[in-house]
Amino acid sequence: MPSATTHPPAPHPPAKHPSAALAPARPVADAALLADRAEFVRTEAIRLIELAKVGHYSSVFSAAEIFAALYYGVMRTDPANPQWQGRDRFLMGKGHAAVGLFPVLSDLGFFPAEVLNGYTRLGSPLGDHPDMTKVPGIDFSSGSIGHALSNGLGMALGGRMNGDGFSVFVMLGDGEMQEGQVWEAALAGAHHRLGKLVAIVDRNGFQLDGEVDEVVGIEPLADKWRAFGWEVHEVDGHDAVAVRDLLLGLADRPAEAAPSCVIAHTKKGKGVGYMETEPGWHLGYLVPADAEAAVAEIRSAAASTGAGVRA
Amino acid sequence: MSAPATLSEGSWQYRGLNAQNPGLDHLSDGLLDLVEAGVPVVAGTADLQYSNGLVKFARAHPDRFLQFGISEQNMVSAAAGLATTGHTPFVATFASFLALLCCEQIRMDVAYTKLPVRLIGHHTGIALGFYGTSHHATEDISTMRAIAGLTVVSPADGPQLRAAIRASASWPEPIYFRTSRGRDPQVYADDVEFVFGRGVEHSTGTDVTLIACGTQVHPSLAAAEALRAEGLSVGVIDMPTIKPLDAELVRAASARSALVVTIEEHNVLGGLGAAVAEVMAESPSRARLVRHGIHDEYSLIAPPTHLYRHYRLDAPGIAEVVREALAGADAGAEVRSA
Repeated sequence: MPSATTHPPAPHPPAKHPSAALAPARPVADAALLADRAEFVRTEAIRLIELAKVGHYSSVFSAAEIFAALYYGVMRTDPANPQWQGRDRFLMGKGHAAVGLFPVLSDLGFFPAEVLNGYTRLGSPLGDHPDMTKVPGIDFSSGSIGHALSNGLGMALGGRMNGDGFSVFVMLGDGEMQEGQVWEAALAGAHHRLGKLVAIVDRNGFQLDGEVDEVVGIEPLADKWRAFGWEVHEVDGHDAVAVRDLLLGLADRPAEAAPSCVIAHTKKGKGVGYMETEPGWHLGYLVPADAEAAVAEIRSAAASTGAGVRA
Repeated sequence: MSAPATLSEGSWQYRGLNAQNPGLDHLSDGLLDLVEAGVPVVAGTADLQYSNGLVKFARAHPDRFLQFGISEQNMVSAAAGLATTGHTPFVATFASFLALLCCEQIRMDVAYTKLPVRLIGHHTGIALGFYGTSHHATEDISTMRAIAGLTVVSPADGPQLRAAIRASASWPEPIYFRTSRGRDPQVYADDVEFVFGRGVEHSTGTDVTLIACGTQVHPSLAAAEALRAEGLSVGVIDMPTIKPLDAELVRAASARSALVVTIEEHNVLGGLGAAVAEVMAESPSRARLVRHGIHDEYSLIAPPTHLYRHYRLDAPGIAEVVREALAGADAGAEVRSA
């Protein structure tokens, strides 16, 4: 891991893959693997939040199948060469769900599993929000909601100038739709016809202060994106196979086309009954006994749907 | 469609005037130098390509120019994304919008990420005169200087700006360049060199050393001439890199001179004067310091030259501030008691 105090930095030269022929292929995942890895995201988030004694459980749970679909079934990455120029990019406008992404990156080999055990402790590269200068596999730092689509816009523009051919997936919270900068980026993405830019809205319906549509409403959301010139798709965000298939199709769009917006209908807190009905679980803490019960609930739900066995 | 109007000599329109004679042509020239040197420059602006002269670069390299429209925050965040793909983005807009409206995007997406993004804040200080406070930038040094890992450079003229842009090729950190309109008097020859972090000592003096940046270097040099004619020993330092500051040069000046006067087209809070004060307060020097600039107020409305005269940011005004300081006054006293 790079030291937390590296300064001054290297000027981030893009790493060319040694050989195009050796460039990693897209990962292949069946339904069982995707379900298993979504369960892994949820249970690992519970484990890590126990270390910090506070965390964003329900924001991770709504996005678990999307993380699994992207990293195990869609995105071309190379954990041995995290700066590989041709890799697909993932950015999180809702950076507070990073505790669900860190275990995935570690599982794929971007960094050793032991690093997870220091989550949020003094000097750890892993905090509540992702830091690209400290965590291999994080494509952009976030934490201030509203910047990520613009960051992804710049990546898609730069990648197209280079002829790199990678896709840029930007996960946005539905509360994030209230940020004006999102719509500046939406205008620009359509103007520049960035076919490789994919916005994924985690439409879980809640933000810190309550229901998104009560705080400041965002509907009709699909019409808004369409009016901004984006091709809009709606999907059940907990159907990992459907998410995988949709995103695989979007990844192969031409570099010069309308950008895509996926509205993923999700449940905030999905997998733990009381979190699905109480928006306060956006941020919270489970003492070990309750954490254990939550993990058991997640595992039993996964078992009843036939998942839980890693292929 | 009506026929084009036949206008008298002296009438002008924005695009026509600026396309022929961009005040900031040194900006585009610096970027063209970098492209020639093999730096993968991408230039962007937010609907101001005629004001900052980037139209020249855009015409030379349309494939390396991005028009963001009036979306400054999107431009800064997108520049950071671009920098991750191996390009060196330079994004330019009025300093008031760049350093204040986009302050948080600069902190989060550019500096915290340590990406080699170059920010060009132009028409700084009160250079936009009667356009008013929305278009003035008298806080940008202060906000940009407070952001960890961000280099802050305020060139004295076009040639120094161009030289600093050339030198940025080997400077890995993100940079905020603060530049005026480009129509300001030239201080340096066209082939001037620039070294990041190093001040330029024009002269040394034992009575007073003037430390200036940006547009205030030229009038400070002229004020020093006038004061020398009165028998004073006057040194002048141009301090184009405000962060990292050339602390050695400040310490040397404050050891040599009885008085140090900083001059900047900026609020005296948090700017060059504050940076110099921090060094002097932490060094054994016994020199007195007077900070000259805008004293924590919003500028009046007037044409720029009238404002420079009013705020004593021209050569006679600076000389007057120095005389008063040598007589024991401090620069803000008059303004604060008014």
